[in-house]
Amino acid sequence: MPAAQVSLHEVTRVYPATAMGRTVHALGPVTLELRQGEFFAVVGPSGCGKSTLLDLIAGLAPASEGSVQFEGQPVAGQVPDGVGVVFQEDACFPWLTVSDNIAFGLRQIGTESTELQRRLRHALALMGLEDFAGAYPAQLSGGMRQRVCIARTLVLQPRLILLDEPFGALDQQTRLLMGDELLRLWRDTGATVMLITHALDEATMLADRIGVMSARPGRILDIVETGWPRERDSRIVADPAFGEVTGRLWQLLRGESLKALGKAAPAA
Amino acid sequence: MSRAARYRLAVVAGAILLLELLCRIGVIDHLTMQPPSEMARDLFRILISGSMNAAMLKTLTNVTIAFVTSVVVGVGFGVLIHGRRAIRQGLEPLFATYYAIPVYAFYPLLIILFGLGDVPQIMIGFMLAVVAVIVNTLSGLDRVSRVLMKTARVYRLGPIATALKITLPSAAPYLLTGVKLAVAYAFIGVIGAEFIMSQTGLGYEISFAYNNFDNAIMYPLIVLIIVISTAVNMTFSHWEKVLMQRRGQR
Repeated sequence: MPAAQVSLHEVTRVYPATAMGRTVHALGPVTLELRQGEFFAVVGPSGCGKSTLLDLIAGLAPASEGSVQFEGQPVAGQVPDGVGVVFQEDACFPWLTVSDNIAFGLRQIGTESTELQRRLRHALALMGLEDFAGAYPAQLSGGMRQRVCIARTLVLQPRLILLDEPFGALDQQTRLLMGDELLRLWRDTGATVMLITHALDEATMLADRIGVMSARPGRILDIVETGWPRERDSRIVADPAFGEVTGRLWQLLRGESLKALGKAAPAA
Repeated sequence: MSRAARYRLAVVAGAILLLELLCRIGVIDHLTMQPPSEMARDLFRILISGSMNAAMLKTLTNVTIAFVTSVVVGVGFGVLIHGRRAIRQGLEPLFATYYAIPVYAFYPLLIILFGLGDVPQIMIGFMLAVVAVIVNTLSGLDRVSRVLMKTARVYRLGPIATALKITLPSAAPYLLTGVKLAVAYAFIGVIGAEFIMSQTGLGYEISFAYNNFDNAIMYPLIVLIIVISTAVNMTFSHWEKVLMQRRGQR
């Protein structure tokens, strides 16, 4: 079995009480291991703490209890070297061109100019953005902007890529195609990918393993193995096993989603 | 040129022509006001002769100092107190009522403290401009999206790099609003102070010409000030427009 790249042990996240309200137990306890090079998806009812889980692994939020480790080192206070994050919201810098957006992280770490140009050209080609190198994000569609953000993450050659519902704002067909590209990038880069999503079919189509989370405070209810070969693409949705896996996810989640709704109902 | 720009030009040109007409047919007598054509001619003469070069240099230098310090201090202070809730909540009502205070009331005090030189005039310009910059900086920083702040942390930027590379560029259109106001306030502050009490500068020359019924100097200088401040303002507006277009707004 491949080594664990990320390991969470009994991790919880509690938001302290503010002047306005009580403490909120957002997540956990969660114990989870991500294996080197796997594609791991996380699904769960809305508000279950999926994004909180990603923030903890990325070092964007501290764990209230328990430990988070990346490559054997505790994650504390800052994003570890080798970790890239792509968010659901548009995180392009609107004041920079596509090229400057993608090169941002490379300039930040002082990459030498010819190497920077080489990696930039490679990333532009990889994401099909060559024709838009000099464009500003506002001139691009939502899907193209998300590609810019993915390219901006990939140029830094991360060993772990965390994706927080990156296709959430895109239409269904664009999502399928972006899913294909994501699978291709995952194979080509050899990086570990963790994808947060609310779309069960997306999780089934993309992941090797799927962590199913409970309603808040989110815990890992079960981990479903899809058993797909490494060489795969979106056509897998036609495979009979696709429906089986997705069905199993929904079986696990149905009760939890109702719980999430039930809890939300009196407040609404 | 857009239709709106053509209308704008027509309104200004119409007003100037009307003024010219009223002066020429004697509705406005010559001792009250020169016709605009004579203002332009006399302004040209003044600029050629160089008689006002020292005054222009002095005023523009002081306006520039007041403007630059107000932008640097205003943006810096805005960045510093943004996100410090207690300090902001304490100060914001003061900013809101600040422009109710006639800053010129402090001018005599400033002259007592610093003498009748450039410093009190620059300080008046600075005091008028700086709060507009602070307020607009804060409002721009408030609008920086959370995901960009998270992105700054993903790139492990420190507080200063975050301000220079993420928050200030992101807030740039709002900063430019503050900068435009700072230009106007710096002009008003410095020239107004020169009017009230000083020994040199464009404001002083206008007031001197006024006291001597010297319309051939007073009106051209007023026109000069209008032209300069409008040109500066239009330059910043142009930048603002370019920035907004890049972001697909307007």
